[in-house]
Amino acid sequence: MDSVMSFFGLDCTKKKEKEEERHLRANDRELNLSYKYATNAIKTSKYNLFTFLPLNLFEQFQRIANAYFLFLLILQVIPAISSLSWFTTVVPLVLVLLVTAVKDASDDFNRRKTDRQVNNRRVSVLVSGELRSEKWMDVQVGDIIKLENNKFVAADLLLLSSSEPLNLVYIETAELDGETNLKVKQALTVTGEMGDCIEKLAAFNGEVHCEPPNNRLDKFTGTLTFRDQKYALDNERILLRGCTLRNTEWCFGLVIFAGPETKLMQNCGKTTFKRTSIDHLMNVLVLFIFGFLAFMCTVLAIGNGIWEFQEGSVFTAFLPRPDGVDASFSAFLTFWSYVIILNTVVPISLYVSVEIIRLGNSFYIDWDRKMYYPRSDTPAEARTTTLNEELGQIKYVFSDKTGTLTQNIMTFNKCSISGKSYGDVFNFAGQRLEITEKTEKVDFSYNPLADPKFSFHDHSLVEAVKLEAPEVHNFFRLLALCHTVMAEEKEEGNLLYQAQSPDEGALVTAARNFGFVFRSRTPETITIVEMGVQKSYELLAILDFNNVRKRMSVIVQSPEGKLSLYCKGADTIVYERLHPSCSKLMDVTTEHLNEFAGEGLRTLVLAHKNLDEDYFREWSTRHHMASTTLEDREERLDELYEEIEKDLLLLGATAIEDKLQDGVPQTIEQLSKANIKIWVLTGDKQETAENIGYSCNMLREEMTDVFIISADTPQEVHEELRNARKKMKPESEDEPTIIQRGILDKKSKMLPDETVDGEYGLVINGHSLAYALDKSLEQELLRTACMCKTVICCRVTPLQKAQVVELVKKYKQAVTLAIGDGANDVSMIKAAHIGVGISGQEGMQAVLSSDFSFAQFRYLQRLLLVHGRWSYLRMCKFLRYFFYKNFTFTFVHFWYAFFCGFSAQTVYDEWFITVYNLVYTALPVLGMSLFDQDVNDRWSVQFPQLYSPGQLNKYFSKTAFFKCVLHSCYSSLVLFFIPYAAMYDTVRDDGRDIADYQSFALLAQTCLLITVCVQLGLDTSYWTAVNQFFLWGSLAVYFAITFTMYSNGMYLIFTASFPFIGTARNSLNQPNVWLTILLTSILCVLPVVAYRFLLIQLCPTINDKVRFKVRQAKVALPPPSFRTRLRRRSSRRSGYAFSHAQGYGDLVTSGKYLQRGAISRGRGFSSSIQQRSGALQEMPQMYRAVKDASQ
Amino acid sequence: MMASSYNAKEEDGHHSVSAASGPSAGPSAKSKKPDNTAFKQQRLPAWQPILTAGTVLPAFFIIGLIFIPIGIGLFVTSNNIREFEVDYTGVDASSPCFTCSQTYSWNSSIPCKCAVSFSLEQPFESNVFMYYGLSNFYQNHRRYVKSRDDSQLNGDKASLRNPSKECEPYRSHDNKPIAPCGAIANSLFNDTLELFYIDPNGTRTQIPLVKKGIAWWTDKHVKFRNPGGNNFNLTVVFQGTTKPVNWRKYVYELDTDPENNGFVNEDFIVWMRTAALPTFRKLYRIIQKKSNMTPTLPRGNYTLDVTYNYPVRSFEGRKRMILSTISWMGGKNPFLGIAYITVGSVCFFLGVVLLIIHHKYGNRNNSADIPN
Repeated sequence: MDSVMSFFGLDCTKKKEKEEERHLRANDRELNLSYKYATNAIKTSKYNLFTFLPLNLFEQFQRIANAYFLFLLILQVIPAISSLSWFTTVVPLVLVLLVTAVKDASDDFNRRKTDRQVNNRRVSVLVSGELRSEKWMDVQVGDIIKLENNKFVAADLLLLSSSEPLNLVYIETAELDGETNLKVKQALTVTGEMGDCIEKLAAFNGEVHCEPPNNRLDKFTGTLTFRDQKYALDNERILLRGCTLRNTEWCFGLVIFAGPETKLMQNCGKTTFKRTSIDHLMNVLVLFIFGFLAFMCTVLAIGNGIWEFQEGSVFTAFLPRPDGVDASFSAFLTFWSYVIILNTVVPISLYVSVEIIRLGNSFYIDWDRKMYYPRSDTPAEARTTTLNEELGQIKYVFSDKTGTLTQNIMTFNKCSISGKSYGDVFNFAGQRLEITEKTEKVDFSYNPLADPKFSFHDHSLVEAVKLEAPEVHNFFRLLALCHTVMAEEKEEGNLLYQAQSPDEGALVTAARNFGFVFRSRTPETITIVEMGVQKSYELLAILDFNNVRKRMSVIVQSPEGKLSLYCKGADTIVYERLHPSCSKLMDVTTEHLNEFAGEGLRTLVLAHKNLDEDYFREWSTRHHMASTTLEDREERLDELYEEIEKDLLLLGATAIEDKLQDGVPQTIEQLSKANIKIWVLTGDKQETAENIGYSCNMLREEMTDVFIISADTPQEVHEELRNARKKMKPESEDEPTIIQRGILDKKSKMLPDETVDGEYGLVINGHSLAYALDKSLEQELLRTACMCKTVICCRVTPLQKAQVVELVKKYKQAVTLAIGDGANDVSMIKAAHIGVGISGQEGMQAVLSSDFSFAQFRYLQRLLLVHGRWSYLRMCKFLRYFFYKNFTFTFVHFWYAFFCGFSAQTVYDEWFITVYNLVYTALPVLGMSLFDQDVNDRWSVQFPQLYSPGQLNKYFSKTAFFKCVLHSCYSSLVLFFIPYAAMYDTVRDDGRDIADYQSFALLAQTCLLITVCVQLGLDTSYWTAVNQFFLWGSLAVYFAITFTMYSNGMYLIFTASFPFIGTARNSLNQPNVWLTILLTSILCVLPVVAYRFLLIQLCPTINDKVRFKVRQAKVALPPPSFRTRLRRRSSRRSGYAFSHAQGYGDLVTSGKYLQRGAISRGRGFSSSIQQRSGALQEMPQMYRAVKDASQ
Repeated sequence: MMASSYNAKEEDGHHSVSAASGPSAGPSAKSKKPDNTAFKQQRLPAWQPILTAGTVLPAFFIIGLIFIPIGIGLFVTSNNIREFEVDYTGVDASSPCFTCSQTYSWNSSIPCKCAVSFSLEQPFESNVFMYYGLSNFYQNHRRYVKSRDDSQLNGDKASLRNPSKECEPYRSHDNKPIAPCGAIANSLFNDTLELFYIDPNGTRTQIPLVKKGIAWWTDKHVKFRNPGGNNFNLTVVFQGTTKPVNWRKYVYELDTDPENNGFVNEDFIVWMRTAALPTFRKLYRIIQKKSNMTPTLPRGNYTLDVTYNYPVRSFEGRKRMILSTISWMGGKNPFLGIAYITVGSVCFFLGVVLLIIHHKYGNRNNSADIPN
């Protein structure tokens, strides 16, 4: 509706002043109504019964093609211009409009139905002191409502009280972000006290001041004023519409945002509309076609002017001119008449067909069993149905690491305890053995609480534990105490850990198996079973993890009363805080750490210290004060933590393996064979990323060089980048050559690809990337990076991921694809031309914002090499053929103009013009573009080189289009002049007329149809039964319809509409007519066959070669041997791993553990992403590493 | 070549381990695993032709071999057709119809007559067809083509009284509707042609010209009908209408034979079937074969008596009279035969050229290995 209003310039909906701050008072409808906040009724449907027709039509006519045809229709109504009957335009237009309208209507009807259903849900509302059941749509801002278990949250609520202890509620947010685990929210104590006492609640008159409606699901700021006290409100107190209440008997909430202003609704329908490069090309071509149309019409109009002047003026005895029309005016009218006749160069059904083809090809992706992951029962999904052919043109793939390349499954592999490394298996000769499935596992049967799935191979560690070495015990005690894991014990001895990060889960599980079983926790205590003895430690403080600290500590008091601090964290961070006495141990441990990192393991350093009781008490009070202040709370806490986490004693280090997903190295190899460049953008530390690079086969030992850019100033970064470039290509110019992409838009520049000898890799860390992404350096970065075969960016923030994608998009005329699984990949997925989400263990955010999704990285290979390639091939074939058939159709009119006095007389029957695109040629070409494949999927995968034509836009480009035009030109010349010459002064075999207009029209159209059918047959390389049926069916339908329309009956009923009576009977029984048809079709097709054959013979493309090979092979491929074990480089790199979301310490201490079910995953990361991206934009220099939140 | 559909066991790709261990291994009803149908997996059996030397070269030769005989046959047939053409427009001063062409106007009341003599070098056997031909006459002009009312011509009484607007400006005259209306009907060819054989002894024998059977059966019996059905009194039927402006007679005076009068007059029907091109010929009369013994038109001298009514000189048109025999492929038109011979030869030649190219380059390229 808005669009209509604004279109007419009458924006009658009073623009409400932008809400600065929301203010409301509980139980005070009058006050709240005065602010005119939206009520809780939602309306996602666009139309109603009366507005549907005008609004939908208006929307449809906003499309240029439809508007153009409306314009044609108007032209056709003018008698002096009308060269075609109105129905030639109306029939296709109505059909197209109808199909779209029906689709829109059914969509809207479904939306209405769900709207109504949602609006009519019942909820208990507290109205004038009693609870009443009301419809959702009648709920208003400021109302207090009661929610019951398993009910949907009706609006965005401020949680007041709940049935659970500590005023907790558990919610499921599947509808909001797709995550099915439970999250916990807690009410303020002051409101929680009211419980379910209706009187108190009715008397509650708290006032809320808060942010205006927005779409940030993870953030809320506001204050509650109640009894002259101000309380801060944050996201922890808010229940969002769309969530479901779980495990909570009841809760009361105060409506803050309702209906369209809720965060759920604010998040709806703001997807950016992606278009493919073919779409863009099409737009250019359509403009070109319009120009061409105008050109042709001008030529013909001038011709008409000359004809009218020379011939028409003397021909008036037989053909008088209408009043007031002289030669020049006639030329003017002719121009428009020819606009009508030649309109078929801008085909209306093209857009509809393109949509159908894309839809069909999307379904193939959904249906593909080879992209179905049985373990999680996830088929691949094409979430966008409009980008298919672009999958065949990808040149750059940007991949996340964790969860995408790796499984995000952590296994505790090795450790180093006080200078001794455990985890490797040696044979008697002291040689290290490769650990395989057959290697004997350590027997943990002595420990009844051990996790049977855990496996470890080094027996010496168990021995060490059994020998009760204090360091070893301390080591595992730390692992059992210092974490935020939740334990669940449904039956005795069967422990289930809910770990927020898989690393922690792996560590705690390891400790459990080695005899330090974490059993349960309360806000104040942690109960562990130490070597069979149950002990309860008092949890005094959790010094929580955050991105800067990169460590977490706990302070516990053992049952014996000893105070200890246990700390685990990144090596560099923890090393800085060690007691000097540990320096020797540090060296050994560093060596171990390097070893671990060299094997691609993620490491953590563990340390502890004993605390003095008095000091701790004093610290504790300061801590309490700091944590209750409102200003600079974080900074003050950080300072306190810093103070106590020092002089630590090193215990050792752990190493966790981050397992690669199946088939990742093979997929990457295949993709790089297909000339697709893969850039890994990860939040991991440089060493880890580099390691994964080696294990994925992206970086190889054979590479000529691997450049590492890690500088601290812009100048150094520039220097390093330039040096790298000079090394790869010494002769490369300093100033990049920039190609202006278009004449019209000066802004878009393009950097050409520079080729280098040898293979290079580039690793750039986030710090340097921040500088390199600056305007002054970005071209340098891109030039250097694009010369390399592999680019790995580590420690990048989500924003930087998007920036890198944007950078490539900006300077390279290439199609980009981003693949990731976590929320931190969302920005990148949205920025790239195509976003792919891995539907894995993480939340669904990446998938929700992606265009395609599947469960495993390796399916990318199939998505691109098979589906993408086919889609691109089909779309291009379709477009080329479509333009060919329409241009050929149209150009015949152009030639005929020279023989009919430029009078805009059509060559064909009007009915033929009407149904040519819609009936006769629609299905065969659809058949081709839905089923065609040059070689089958296995060969496509076998020869990734087949992919490269798509990247180079070989199949459909301006050149290809121009070739189409030339081809059509030739065909139309043949199609006009052969029948012309054959019919010239000819008669039937009984001496009667056959060179009449109607017979000629029939002959020309039959020739045309047969020619385009044969041409289609020539273009089709995969003849299924359906193709055959469509092709022959179309021809049959053509003859059936023609004979019907030219029959006596039709003429007698609709005399004026079917004047071609008898033409088919009289002309198609003539041998020379058929000989002409044969000659015409052969002559149209022969040169094409010869040309294509010559091309194949003289310069065969990769496609031709493969197809030839397939033909020769005639048997199925030998099973491809991909299973080559890839060796790893074991150079020393230190690794860092800590996958954690901030804020879990608080959760644990505040006692919000879950009764049952899973612990929620951290939801704090998005906010930190956004804050950080904001900060980064303002001060690019002030880069701070942010952890890869997906880990 | 049929694409062999490969083993369904390999459905889940090379990583068969994951497939076997998944939950879908058992027949789980809730599994989202896509169906294993040839259509959904894009494995429909198909024929995949490619342009190889083995298919393309024989095709060229075969087309060449088929086209050349057809072309020769057509050419010979066309050449065997006797055709004689005489232009009687009267442009040259020497032409017998020069005076008529100069003096003629639509308004002249006395018809101008002229006689054109010609001689046939060869006798015309079998039925001979007499055509009139017009050049530079744009019967295919859009405004001309649509200037008719098919309903009226089909005998619709309402249209007879009230012709379609398309007929303007020949819709009504003197406030009476014109029957038949429109520019096509108005410009009906109205020269009268008569053919005389001049015996060597100088006697003129008129050659009988049949004027029925020159229009399409469908036109005569379906498309064109007189109003009033079986009422043969056309004067009554057409009462209240007027003749087209250029006509001398009313439409019901075209012929005395009621079967060939009014809208179903065959001369009129033939004219109404507008030509596709600005140069065209239309069947005028048929000269029936007399007997097997004598040729229909023996060789000798003839005179064509023309009643010169139809002005074409103003727009540089030409009028011709054509005598022609026909064959199974219609009238004389050497084009098709020549075209077939040419295309056939070119095909054959191309076949040879492609064969040479294939031998020189093709094998090398096709056997070349695909770089990996």
